[in-house]
Amino acid sequence: MSQERVHLNRREFFSFITVGWVAFTSAIAGLASLAFRFSYPNVNFEPEMDFIAGYPQDYESGVDERWKNSFGVWMVKQEGKLVAFSNICTHLGCVPNWLPAELKFKCPCHGSGYYMNGINFEGPAPRPLERYAISLTPNGTIKVDKTKIYRWEKGQWDNPNSFIEV
Amino acid sequence: MSKRGVADYIRETQVWKSIFRHGPPTNARNRAAVVAGNVFLHLHPIKLKKSGVQLGYTWCMGGLTFFIFLALTVTGLLLMFYYRPTAEYAYNDIIALKEHVPLGIMREIHRWGAHAMVITVWLHMFRVFMTGSYKPPREFNWGVGVILLVLTLLLSFTGYLLPWDQLAIWAITVGANMAKATPFLGHGGPGAAFAQIGDFVMVSDKNDVRFQLLAGRFVGEPALLRFYILHCVFIPLVVGTLIAVHFWRVRKDGGISAPL
Repeated sequence: MSQERVHLNRREFFSFITVGWVAFTSAIAGLASLAFRFSYPNVNFEPEMDFIAGYPQDYESGVDERWKNSFGVWMVKQEGKLVAFSNICTHLGCVPNWLPAELKFKCPCHGSGYYMNGINFEGPAPRPLERYAISLTPNGTIKVDKTKIYRWEKGQWDNPNSFIEV
Repeated sequence: MSKRGVADYIRETQVWKSIFRHGPPTNARNRAAVVAGNVFLHLHPIKLKKSGVQLGYTWCMGGLTFFIFLALTVTGLLLMFYYRPTAEYAYNDIIALKEHVPLGIMREIHRWGAHAMVITVWLHMFRVFMTGSYKPPREFNWGVGVILLVLTLLLSFTGYLLPWDQLAIWAITVGANMAKATPFLGHGGPGAAFAQIGDFVMVSDKNDVRFQLLAGRFVGEPALLRFYILHCVFIPLVVGTLIAVHFWRVRKDGGISAPL
């Protein structure tokens, strides 16, 4: 039996070690980033972010709650405009109730209140409700797009995408 | 031959000797071996200063916290036998734990224990601060303790959702919106507006930290499952590991600090 010694000089040893550490570190970093990516599912089963909300003539004047449970949207028709309000309270993100007798949105979590036009007037809410983008499709239906948000305090409610004339 | 008691007889059996690798703790060497030779006790200092067991100085708050953590682990494991983390069953299983299961108080023990643990952790931190026990060489262990405090609060937070009632869902909605406000990582936080290239929004409600926490845009069934795993497996594993480090460092840093 012959004993063959692998001879490494100092320089070779360090380049060997360096390659080893780089490989090890990148393997760990790769696994960590895979684990991170794993926490974001490719598909989720939440409602679509945009939807067709019927025709403008489907809505009476006032607050309409038909899309509240399915899409989290109030349709409000007032003063010749139809707008789509987010039903998320601007205080901490709960869902207010529409109180028809008192003509206001009232949040059960901390008591924020909003007028029918979305402006806050009581409780801790720091700003009015948010509007979603709303538009008419070529065949006359209403399209609500929740990925675009229009805020009163930024002066965005004058934007023609934040309401439709009715 | 002198009089031999039953205890001496038992100590000489092979079973006893195979379990305990040292003689009776009648001398200093054996008493040290009791601690050093035991996998659980060896995290503990072999010798204590008299002041280390002085209630007026330590309040035993760290020990109480650990005791409550153990109680929560045991009651939590028992609760897991009956609780299913799905939207269909979660709420009813919590009711069942009170009504359909012997010892309906089990869930209350777990809940009150959780409250108590948060209180004892704070008091422990207060004591350590007031006695200056965070100073070198114990500064590393203070850091470990701060992480353990945060993890304790996260255990409370994740456990809060599991009853799946109105309070739970809206409390977690509000809590998760804090993640939304994280700088650069949450879509409502400072810096998110800068991470935008033309119409392409880099940090949005579908890829920020809140989405990662809830596995969705709002608190739904995926969030329930995620919080359940975090509460029952992930965070307790990290906490258990850090508790071991924490105790071991108490020993390595010179034992419990003493009055000057």
